[in-house]
Amino acid sequence: MTKAEIAKVVHERVGLSKKESGQIVDVVLDVVHKALEQGEDVKLSGFGHFMVRNKRPRRGRNPKTGDEITISSRRIVTFRASQLLKNQVLGENQ
Amino acid sequence: MTKSKLVEIIANHQDQITRREAEVVVSTIFSAIGDALSRGERVELRGFGSFYTKQRNARVGRNPKTGDTVQVPAKIVPQFKPGKELRERVDNIT
Repeated sequence: MTKAEIAKVVHERVGLSKKESGQIVDVVLDVVHKALEQGEDVKLSGFGHFMVRNKRPRRGRNPKTGDEITISSRRIVTFRASQLLKNQVLGENQ
Repeated sequence: MTKSKLVEIIANHQDQITRREAEVVVSTIFSAIGDALSRGERVELRGFGSFYTKQRNARVGRNPKTGDTVQVPAKIVPQFKPGKELRERVDNIT
């Protein structure tokens, strides 16, 4: 599924025009994106939580050469699916 | 940021849209993603990331409280992988 297909669902279920539906899907994702960029967690009840986490530097290895390197500290986004989403994925796949 | 805050931002951002409509749009988008995942489909949102499901094998687990071994059944779990743009932007904040 792509953004265009989500826009189509919005168009069909909400009744906005195709153009408006496409735009609003972009806006919604953009707002979530911007919040995460600012280090803010995004909690969507019934779906899941997007969390911004700080990772400390750690020692790693270049898998190709075997050289030991330091992986610098970084900030990453993690996603925790809600129980509802987990159940939905389980229920309809089995 | 919570879902209601997200709805509020969307409603304020788009003049043509009421708060009620923004609420329906946000719910529709995330339930469309959930529906796709429950069909085993991958959802790819350019610049944002992809949602997909992963098979987990059955394993023998342990109740951490009692130490009893328990059989954990195989399951399918939802996953999210941030896209390149999101990953880079989140890491680039101070």
